[in-house]
Amino acid sequence: QEPQASGLPEYIKIVEVGPRDGLQNEKVIVPTDIKIELINQLSKTGLPAIEVTSFVSSKWVPQMADHEEVMRGIERHPGVQYPVLTPNLQGFHSAVAGATEVSVFGAASESFSKMNINCSIEESIERFEEVIKSARNMNIPVRGYVSCALGCPYEGNVVPDKVAEVSKRLYSMGCYEISLGDTIGVGTPGSMKKMLEAVMKEIPLSALAVHCHDTYGQALANILTAIQMGVAVVDSSVAGLGGCPYAKGATGNVATEDVIYMLSGLGINTGVNLCAVMEAGNFICTALNKKTNSKVAQASFSTGII
Amino acid sequence: ATGAYPKRVKVVEVGPRDGLQNEKNLVPTPVKINLINMLSETGLQVIEATSFVSPKWVPQMADHTEVMQGINKLPGISYPVLTPNLKGFQAAVAAGAKEVSIFGAASELFTQKNINCSIEESLERFEEVMKAAKEANIPVRGYVSCVLGCPYEGKISAAKVAEVSKKMYSMGCYEISLGDTIGVGTPGSMKEMLTVVMKEVPLGALAVHCHDTYGQALANILVALQMGVSVVDASVAGLGGCPYAQGASGNVATEDLVYMLNGLGIHTGVDLQKLMDTGTFICNALNRKTNSKVSQASCRL
Repeated sequence: QEPQASGLPEYIKIVEVGPRDGLQNEKVIVPTDIKIELINQLSKTGLPAIEVTSFVSSKWVPQMADHEEVMRGIERHPGVQYPVLTPNLQGFHSAVAGATEVSVFGAASESFSKMNINCSIEESIERFEEVIKSARNMNIPVRGYVSCALGCPYEGNVVPDKVAEVSKRLYSMGCYEISLGDTIGVGTPGSMKKMLEAVMKEIPLSALAVHCHDTYGQALANILTAIQMGVAVVDSSVAGLGGCPYAKGATGNVATEDVIYMLSGLGINTGVNLCAVMEAGNFICTALNKKTNSKVAQASFSTGII
Repeated sequence: ATGAYPKRVKVVEVGPRDGLQNEKNLVPTPVKINLINMLSETGLQVIEATSFVSPKWVPQMADHTEVMQGINKLPGISYPVLTPNLKGFQAAVAAGAKEVSIFGAASELFTQKNINCSIEESLERFEEVMKAAKEANIPVRGYVSCVLGCPYEGKISAAKVAEVSKKMYSMGCYEISLGDTIGVGTPGSMKEMLTVVMKEVPLGALAVHCHDTYGQALANILVALQMGVSVVDASVAGLGGCPYAQGASGNVATEDLVYMLNGLGIHTGVDLQKLMDTGTFICNALNRKTNSKVSQASCRL
């Protein structure tokens, strides 16, 4: 009996967050046409979901100031979702003209919520309630993110029950999927398992996703743990774009290429063409004048073998 | 679904040998000695010190005798050295070695290219070392390279890995370290390979030596742990690039491994902070950035 073989999903949906989460956390701001080209290239890789941009005030997030242009400029491939972040009703209204899916961001830590969006978790959820209500009226699906699921830069340890509580609130308000984010990458297979056990009591497995950061090199091990528990949606960022804003110089998002490589090796179908993702990664890294954070890409370009 | 993990894991530190051997910059003998001495203070129980191989082939290990004689050998810590043949073994013992390692491979082409003979011939050479080691009461650790893939042959059959491992184990190696030499393995291939090898070699005698060239090392190690393996090789600061993929990384970083094991509640006896300090020391000496993400993240510059 091989306990880790059974229970592995046959198919895993990869949610590509490079153009939003990735670029938002890069030092260099990328011109609009490059963003659009990146998204267009990603659309051809087989990725089922690509987070495009964020409808947030350019005062707070200058990297996403061109959200409307990007939204209008990209090619929309059939079968691909293009969610956008909408932190409040105003953002939602701006997004609604072109968006077919939106995302809201909660947190499992009060301190993080206060420092990040200047209000308590409860207040933030009330704000999202408005967005979710409006979205549902227009038949627009809403994805909910829960930050700090495995640790907080201010509070340190985060209790799994708190993660479960916030996730449950977002889910019952109408989010179709809850993406659990290890925002500062401190999680390990140990804490991932405990957190998921608590959350899985409140939310159906099929509505769960993991969003792991690789700041401490734990992302793939954490993702493996999650998929062994049946999670079948994984967020990642092409070329591992997006550093960690809480640990200077440290990495952030896990690289899509490295995730796909692992899932392929496990015989799990993702529908994604690894070579095509590496090409898109190469494109954006050249534009950003930086080295890729993907080890698969690094190794493949040196050896010429994939 | 995730299964039970071992309560304790023995971490075998290969930085001073496998790590430094595969670094571009050469490190002076006193620095090597200091590195090993610092590692000896971290709680690590096994530290691979050097390699008794001809300096013509491996100039980075030319000072093997000096290093062996210069380090503080703390009680309770083992300082194995590589001995590719009888001559190396004799020099190692003369220099004070109390444990040695030999290297086999699961790939014929790799063996040809690496040591210019077949797998069978390499095992015959080792037989001499095994004999001498037995007589001297010196334990021998066996490494098997290319267990999850070969830079020349590509795919490697699990059966071949099991066959070579079994041979080395029955020759008298107390432990077999299975090496993903080019880091191409994934949790899928790791599981498949271990399933077959475990039929031929007892679990307690198995170790994994994963390279992080494709970012898969910790995930592969996790699977090995889930299958009951409790000995894991790693290199401080992730020293040692991959000689088969220019600029790519090689060994998994000991810091990142210990961080994961700590998070799983698995006992290693290793002090992570002391380990990170050691990594900082050697990276400064090598004038390079660490490959350990834990170290990178913990350094608030």
